[in-house]
Amino acid sequence: MRQNPNFKKQNPKTKKDKIKRLAVPLTGDDVLSLHAGDMVLISGKIVTGRDKIHKFLCHGKRSGEEIPFDLEGTVLYHCGPIVKKTGKGFEIVAAGPTTSMRVEMYEHLVIPKYGLRGVMGKGGMGEQTLEALKRNLCVYLHTIGGAAAYLAERVIRVIDVWKLGEFGSADAMWLLEVFDFPAIVTMDAHGKSLHEFVETKTGREFKKLLR
Amino acid sequence: MNLRDAIVNLYRKAATSLPADVESALRSAYKKEEPRSRYILSVLLENIRIARKTGRPLCQDTGVPVFFVKMPACEVQLDLRNTIIEATRIATREIPLRANAVDVITEKNSGDNTGTGFPIIYFGETKRGRLVIDLMLKGAGSENVSRVYSLPHAGLKAERNFEGVRRCVLDAVYKAQGKGCPPYIIGVGVGAARDQVSRLSKEQLLRSLKDRNKNEIISKLEEKIMHDCNKLGIGPLGLCGKTTAIGVKVGVNHRHPASYFVDVSMGCWAERRARLVW
Repeated sequence: MRQNPNFKKQNPKTKKDKIKRLAVPLTGDDVLSLHAGDMVLISGKIVTGRDKIHKFLCHGKRSGEEIPFDLEGTVLYHCGPIVKKTGKGFEIVAAGPTTSMRVEMYEHLVIPKYGLRGVMGKGGMGEQTLEALKRNLCVYLHTIGGAAAYLAERVIRVIDVWKLGEFGSADAMWLLEVFDFPAIVTMDAHGKSLHEFVETKTGREFKKLLR
Repeated sequence: MNLRDAIVNLYRKAATSLPADVESALRSAYKKEEPRSRYILSVLLENIRIARKTGRPLCQDTGVPVFFVKMPACEVQLDLRNTIIEATRIATREIPLRANAVDVITEKNSGDNTGTGFPIIYFGETKRGRLVIDLMLKGAGSENVSRVYSLPHAGLKAERNFEGVRRCVLDAVYKAQGKGCPPYIIGVGVGAARDQVSRLSKEQLLRSLKDRNKNEIISKLEEKIMHDCNKLGIGPLGLCGKTTAIGVKVGVNHRHPASYFVDVSMGCWAERRARLVW
């Protein structure tokens, strides 16, 4: 498999001691060790999927039709990347997160069905997902919205792709190998959500400003 | 170079190189932020550098292209529209941009960012002899959290005045939280009809963050709203912090005695805009 020409083996500029390294596939114990607010760097195989994939997995799948990859313990990344087809395969050009809330109605079904240990995107998710994270030992990872050129450099290579013809490049499921992919745990398996915290905190300020 | 290729270059500039005023606003935010938001801003700044250096798009969502065109009187709109469409196809393939135009009936993606009403092109005229094309690549994340209000609004205790406008903007930003990639650049349009204020608010996003509104009253309103947005504490990407907005720009039109529409156009930190004078 050819390496993504945009991959850069360098670490993000930050104090390393504060950052936890995670190797995918994750175990239930890995997940339990994580808490909302933790900064992490993810390495290993992850898959992408956004609106169409989620809808398809919940409602559209014909019997016998299965994802050709093993998702057990992996991270499902809400991302519709820009991918360039080259002579030797695919090149990830830009791969930042998309708004996770759009798949809120599906994620709590997808997590237990495929044994996911991580869901990654931006903006956070709602109560149904938070509950599913707790019940199934899974974690929500918030990566850096808009930093698509930077994040593409954390992708070592494209291993495979599913549903490319049917859904198109942005909505297909890409199996990617990543290295030191940065994220912040914002919803953990202990029932804590940084998004809920921020919403409550900013809600108090909002009320004051409208007084 | 012909106009078509100049428009392809305009796409390239908008998609890969953030305007200097936006970058400098993010840089000053970085200086005053807390550790987590500082880390986030450092990644954003590094992303800006990489995109400019490698010529790859800043964000994988290269958005809906929105053109604001001012043509010298008497030139033919239809020709220019066709040139823009042709340039869009080339830019999509060459930069590359993500194909974002989806047919609502068949759900098929056209694959080249063109389709019915796609890209969006707003035409106007200018008395000057040169053609001016402003291009904005508007991401869906921030577009999805944009809102329109009709005042008065009882829930927000928003009356038909600038205080009411302030309340609408704060409501939109509070509801958006981190979903539209803050720090936000916020365009506000006030006027008589929904379609008009939506266009007006989007047009405000073309203004430099450094410009000051010529009208003193509105300039003060912009400053006040920006100050209050930052008091909310949503912060970069919505994970807490001091910087929730790096720009608030308000545009006003005359209104109907019985109507007072306020549109809040939310722009993500990656405000991709570029201008071509031809």
